[in-house]
Amino acid sequence: MMKGNRQTNSKGQLKHFLSIDGLKRDLLVEILDNAESFTSLARQGRSVKKVPLLRGKTITNLFFENSTRTRTTFELAAKRLSADVLNLNISTSATSKGESLLDTLHNLEAMHCDMFVVRHASSGAAHFIATHCAPHISVINAGDGSHSHPTQAMLDMLTIRQHKADFTPLRVAIVGDILHSRVARSQILALNTLGVSEVRVIAPRTLLPYDARALGIHVYHDLIEGISDVDVVIMLRLQKERMSGALLPTEAEYFNLYGLTEEKLKHAKDDVIVMHPGPINRGVEMESAVADGEHSVILEQVSNGIAVRMAIMSMCLGAQQDADMEASA
Amino acid sequence: MTVQSSSISIINGRLIDPANNIDEVTDIHISQGTILAIGEKPSGFEAEQIIDATDKVVCPGLVDLSARLREPGLEFKATIGSETRAAAKAGITTMICAPDTDPVIDTPAVMELIRRKAKQSGYARVLCTAAISKKLAGKELSEMAELAEAGCVGVSNAYKPLGNTLIEKRALEYASTFGIKVFLKAEDRHLRNHGCVHEGIIASRLGLPGFPEAAETVAVARDIALAESTGAELHFQRISTAKSVSKINRARHDGILLSMDVAAHQLHLTEMDADGFNTACHVDPPLRTLRDREALRQAVARGDIQAICSDHQPHEPDAKEHPFPDSEPGISALETLLPLTLKLVQEKVMSLPEALHRLTAGPAEIAGLPYGRLDAGSSADICIFDPEAHWILNEDNLLSQGKNTPFINWEFTGQVTHTLFEGRITYQLDEST
Repeated sequence: MMKGNRQTNSKGQLKHFLSIDGLKRDLLVEILDNAESFTSLARQGRSVKKVPLLRGKTITNLFFENSTRTRTTFELAAKRLSADVLNLNISTSATSKGESLLDTLHNLEAMHCDMFVVRHASSGAAHFIATHCAPHISVINAGDGSHSHPTQAMLDMLTIRQHKADFTPLRVAIVGDILHSRVARSQILALNTLGVSEVRVIAPRTLLPYDARALGIHVYHDLIEGISDVDVVIMLRLQKERMSGALLPTEAEYFNLYGLTEEKLKHAKDDVIVMHPGPINRGVEMESAVADGEHSVILEQVSNGIAVRMAIMSMCLGAQQDADMEASA
Repeated sequence: MTVQSSSISIINGRLIDPANNIDEVTDIHISQGTILAIGEKPSGFEAEQIIDATDKVVCPGLVDLSARLREPGLEFKATIGSETRAAAKAGITTMICAPDTDPVIDTPAVMELIRRKAKQSGYARVLCTAAISKKLAGKELSEMAELAEAGCVGVSNAYKPLGNTLIEKRALEYASTFGIKVFLKAEDRHLRNHGCVHEGIIASRLGLPGFPEAAETVAVARDIALAESTGAELHFQRISTAKSVSKINRARHDGILLSMDVAAHQLHLTEMDADGFNTACHVDPPLRTLRDREALRQAVARGDIQAICSDHQPHEPDAKEHPFPDSEPGISALETLLPLTLKLVQEKVMSLPEALHRLTAGPAEIAGLPYGRLDAGSSADICIFDPEAHWILNEDNLLSQGKNTPFINWEFTGQVTHTLFEGRITYQLDEST
């Protein structure tokens, strides 16, 4: 079975990007550095020429779960690297006709793709695909079940680094549905790998995983206590189905207890930044004044998303190119 | 099958018959499918065939309380033919299959079909627990009296919890009216939700849906209360948590008629083995913590858990080729039942006779069967194994049609050399290889 460190090749270069688990700090920093160099390009948008790094490569967005935003940023990132992009929304095509995941995979391999960007509702789906696809294909995890969403975590790390020079002294609080959040799991791993001083999670017990402390975090049930003196607050999106699953009574009570307001934010450090992976439920996770306020960096996260994905795609396929050269030499 | 002798003597073996408290080097004489005598050869008896069992252990053929043979209905996974042959290689002579076939075992006709197929194959005895409810839907009672008349060893819910507690109470009452034993897998399906691994550190880290300990213990507590109020005889299948064991022990101490078994893999693996999304370790109930594993081992050693079963679930390769939550649970386990149990002896958890009891007399007693013992006059179902032979499990030496096991490449000590079923040699190790 593939473990975290199988994401890198024999030279320690990135081959797949499935999870933060098992990746070394140096590699995460390299991703951030590469992403930084792409940010200006990403920000300038269509007036700027594309870079030809991945010309001739075909990248397939394999989305078994709908997500317009994530898919769009992956598509933009691939196009700015001059790759050809194929978008497949599998939930509405193959699997509903009874085709198995492996069959779908082998059909796509036959079309000579170089990279799969995968989103799937089952935890472990990206690992599964990376284990079973042809060796020349790189796999990027765009979210699998409640397990991992590593590109989101890295764009969050990039956003934090742009505002805070050094990770090591930082206290970071993550607020909301940790139990079901692949974003939170990846953020926790990334923050701890980058060496922040403390990761806190703030949630009622129904939204926390079993033995949360074992994940390397401090657990708080009270928002004000939890965000006191933190440098970064990350708010998670609350899914509507948490109410029907009896995990929470109402959105109103959630907002009263865990919704971020300007008043409550005063307990954090003065230069605190507020993040959210989007889309925001205004009035549930935070009030509009915070979402649009001076501490919010939410829109920067979105534009960093393109740069980070460009960095990861080019690194994965770069490692692939080295491997190709070795093979032909 | 090879030409068979009608009389056989197995000589010089270490004969272990836990039911009769025998552990000594002696001979056993077989004629016309039954055991004629232990020890001295009866006067006038001349065996047509002698098996020299020097340095080997001779014990009753193993009795497996929980095996899925997949026939009828799921022959793409395995067949009665393929799995009874694997059973013979594993020293198993009696298997009790669960009713979750297709069609479900809820009529005597399906039982008859299975019986006929097993007889045709001739490698092992195949009995069954019948469905406790029609089509195992958990809503209406099956015709238990008729099914018992047709020879089921009891009724069972297989993997499907009954619809609600009222139906369960009535099922227990109805079964107890006719003295039918009820075999239950304890599970609260609401607490289980979509859980596929133990709700513990692996579930937390990998973001896999957790199967809480309470999903079993809540059901155990409920089932005990209903057994007490109805007086039904209850057997808990494939217990997985330490707390279930202590609850059941306490209830037995209070005089409630209960027994329990455990799957062999639960005595060796833990939740950590599912790390890396290892679908080979996707089992139901899930692998639990090290603490649970230790408690289960101790309960087996004390005899509180009277039987170790294989929980054999052969699958076609595709069944495991999915992301973890979408893969099918289960291990192809007949051929590791004895080796994994012998490992417990090697790890000093219990003595060899105790271990063999949990595979022979223990399960036979739970199922109310006259097998798993070496009495004169009883069916000559015998397993002979070399306790010192080392071997490694691989896909080629695994005879079951299902190759889904996490124990590939495990080294084992102790290997079956002969299996006799109803006095016929149904398996003999090719010692030239």
